[in-house]
Amino acid sequence: MRVLRRILALVVKEFVTVLKDPKSRVVIIGPPLIQFFVFGYAATYDVKNVRYAVFDESRSVLSRQLIGDIQGSGKFELTGYLDNHGEMAACIDSEKARLVIHIGPEFEKRLYASRPVDIQVIADGRNPNVALIALGYLGTIVETFNSRLDGQGIMRETAPGLQLVERSWFNENLQSRWFIVSALGGIISMVVVMILTSLSVAREREFGTFDQLLVAPFTPGEILIGKSLPGIVFGLMDALIFAAGAVYWFSVPFRGTVAALVVALLCFIITIVGVGLLVSSLSMTMQQGLLGSFLFMMPAVTLSGFATPIENMPLWLQQADLVNPVRYIIIALRSIFLEGADLAMVWPHLRPLLLIASVTLPLSAWMFRHRAQ
Amino acid sequence: MRRIGKNHASDEPVILCAEEVSREFDDHGIRVAALNRVSFTVARAGVTGLVGADGAGKTTFIRIAAGLLVPTSGKMSLLGLDSAAGSLEIQSRVGYMPQKFGLYQDLTVRENMNLYADLQGVPMAQRSRRYEQLLTMTDLAAYTKRRAGALSGGMKQKLGLACALIKSPELLLLDEPTVGVDPVSRRELWKIVYKLVEEDGIGVLVSTAYLDEAERCSHVVVLHQGRLLAEGVPEDFSSKMKNRVSLVTAEKSGQLRRIYTRVAGEEGIVDATIRSGRVRVVREQESAGRLKQLLNGAKVKIETAEPGFEDAFMALIPRERDHLKAAGEAGGGSFSRKAEGDDVVVVHTRDLSRRFGDFEAVKKLNFSVKRGEIFGLLGPNGAGKSTTFRMLCGLLPASSGDIQVAGVNLLKSRAKARARLGYMAQQFSLYGQLSVKENLSFFGRVYGLDNKNLKKRIDWAYSEFGLGRLRNKAAVDLPGGYKQRLAMAAALLHEPDILFLDEPTSGVDPFARREFWLRINGFAEQGVTVVVTTHFMEEAEYCDRMLIMSQGETLAVGTPEEIRNLAVSAENQHPTMDDAFIALAEGNVRNASDQADSTGRQDRDSGGEP
Repeated sequence: MRVLRRILALVVKEFVTVLKDPKSRVVIIGPPLIQFFVFGYAATYDVKNVRYAVFDESRSVLSRQLIGDIQGSGKFELTGYLDNHGEMAACIDSEKARLVIHIGPEFEKRLYASRPVDIQVIADGRNPNVALIALGYLGTIVETFNSRLDGQGIMRETAPGLQLVERSWFNENLQSRWFIVSALGGIISMVVVMILTSLSVAREREFGTFDQLLVAPFTPGEILIGKSLPGIVFGLMDALIFAAGAVYWFSVPFRGTVAALVVALLCFIITIVGVGLLVSSLSMTMQQGLLGSFLFMMPAVTLSGFATPIENMPLWLQQADLVNPVRYIIIALRSIFLEGADLAMVWPHLRPLLLIASVTLPLSAWMFRHRAQ
Repeated sequence: MRRIGKNHASDEPVILCAEEVSREFDDHGIRVAALNRVSFTVARAGVTGLVGADGAGKTTFIRIAAGLLVPTSGKMSLLGLDSAAGSLEIQSRVGYMPQKFGLYQDLTVRENMNLYADLQGVPMAQRSRRYEQLLTMTDLAAYTKRRAGALSGGMKQKLGLACALIKSPELLLLDEPTVGVDPVSRRELWKIVYKLVEEDGIGVLVSTAYLDEAERCSHVVVLHQGRLLAEGVPEDFSSKMKNRVSLVTAEKSGQLRRIYTRVAGEEGIVDATIRSGRVRVVREQESAGRLKQLLNGAKVKIETAEPGFEDAFMALIPRERDHLKAAGEAGGGSFSRKAEGDDVVVVHTRDLSRRFGDFEAVKKLNFSVKRGEIFGLLGPNGAGKSTTFRMLCGLLPASSGDIQVAGVNLLKSRAKARARLGYMAQQFSLYGQLSVKENLSFFGRVYGLDNKNLKKRIDWAYSEFGLGRLRNKAAVDLPGGYKQRLAMAAALLHEPDILFLDEPTSGVDPFARREFWLRINGFAEQGVTVVVTTHFMEEAEYCDRMLIMSQGETLAVGTPEEIRNLAVSAENQHPTMDDAFIALAEGNVRNASDQADSTGRQDRDSGGEP
């Protein structure tokens, strides 16, 4: 009874300190929501409005038809026509255009003569991702253009031996928004939880109130419970709001079970609370706590598979990444949203999370008292 | 006591002149007057003391003089220049040392001096001579290559003073230069100030909350809540108090504290303190009738004493009487009175040591505290008091040696053992955003009080500490003295058997300090064991026994009387605690270590090994 009263007092105090302070009250809901919507709109791999310039030496009906096709695809935005070779380089250098298309003077003549024609495309490789996708688009447009020439009888197409029939599962139109937004909630709620918990012990150490807790009849486990609960509650609340936002605002399909979602998020947030409290119990000041949490978050997000596939990383890094809690929730969230996973299906991804938490949480409880000063 | 001739302010040319200076601040939309039409002058070649409690307006006045603040109304001129308009020229001719002087902790002593010389534009040619003068004066010549951060508190203050003096100012402004500085360093700082006045003829304006320092000034200005209450030569103040000060000696030893608590805070009594084993009482009237009435029945000897500035100051400042009550008087004192004369050892250490890397903060400390005792850990900053204290409370592991508090080592013990402990940290360490009420109920619940008991104890705290009307105010917004009361209330809410207090009176004005000790005495009377650290030597008088530390080592252990007796010499028959400390620190006590050892050993024997 006494123990419960004691823990309850601590939990109430932790919630009151978060909610009473207008700054931390805002931090747990305002900026995360804004981030969620801004990132949801902004972070996409779908390439649109690629600026391009044309150096058309042919100036013929067919070359204008090709440019018309490019223009009509909706993916490209013409910035201007060039008059000589020198302008091509300048155009890329100054980032006026990401692509320059060079059509030679013989273009139409050679086509009518059914001879192969080259079109030169210079892409800005400073952003390889955009260049690659834009070149892909351009390839499709040229292919369509070829088959039209074939239909008009201008050029005879040799019949291809193999034909690809494409079909994407889970994300039929390959919308990158589904890919991003389904996992975004996990990342943003992690930031909230990290900031809340990494400051909680450090703040008390800085103001000297932590000593008061240590001389009081609390066991480290009781302090741990008191310090964890606000992070878990606010983090889970944020993450669930983001999940709802993904479904109802961004129209990402939700094919899995709600139970799987809640359990997965809970496991993840408990793990992050463990990491945050460990950082916090190692810090003597709030500044150290914040620095420490950013030291964790940057690599954890970058190596999580949120933006770039884990499979792309060198093997040793992939193995080291096994201790990164963020990778598991990213996989779990995507399979719940898009794949329709239930609890049994995501469980293999949650087990490592609980394993990490079972190390960080007791370790931070031990640190409360043994961090010598 | 040294004094500078008979210089009255009017004999010497005026160097600073304040006319009806007022300054208001905005506190959450309410205009608060920090200074209210204050007028006085500071003379060249003299020390003018600005004396007052916390919130008197001392710092505000000095900041205006230094050109850092502009008065809301009124006019202040220094060296014939207006403080607001001529601030640039004033700053180049006036030395200013704020409460926390901006020393760069990672620069050496010499580098700090170079920096300030650069900032003040002291020509290179003059520097080496000036440095030499300042370093000799401050005794820092041997430490020029040491980092400022590694200096002791007193040395830091002296370095700050040296930096403020780097351009040979005509007027020196010192804002509480001796706060948190040990007696030896305080004495040295004052010597430097006098030297400056006598040799260079500069004027000094110094603010202080130490009343004994006021007596060393040639002219004293008393501020209270922004108003000037009185000014004059210190003797003028004390002469008014003639025949109003008594010394009460208890015929039976051990009665002292009871006499003190009986007298203090009563009507007709302005001030009561324990000094050199006697209770010093300042009366409102010359007749001693009221005092005799209060002490009716007690076996005491009452003598008349020579009044000092402090007595006059205490009589001058208007106060609410209910602040000065011994613990337990104001309703529901619920500590159970323990059997008297029991010799149960509550706190015990053997060869307690703590190292931080190469640095030995505490070296082989031996002492024990009996139930119901007030035990003081005394010593200057950096002596190892706080380290010892943190080890006792289980906040820091010991490097070697044993600690037992209530029979257990708190670092290793189960949480339950800590429930009988009250703890008050050095800095204010309650939850700032939480209200008084929320803080109290948090700490009550933490120590397992149920709703009924909690309400009873919170009501007790409201009446005992006068916190009732502030119950809904956030702790961070409380005035300084009330913060300390709240911290104490929180520590006492669960009626602990042992109370640990770390520097409870540091940075607290004389009134709050008196109030505090009166309360502690009351609690001890009721059987609470108190372990307290302080760097105010005179506060040792309130302790039953104490341990004086310096640089991690034990200088002496014993009762206040035993410690004072160590310093008795032909010239000084009635040494104060300050004298005793200085004698101990300078090694001028014959057999001091032997005596300390023997008392320490005695402790162990009588305490009985658990």
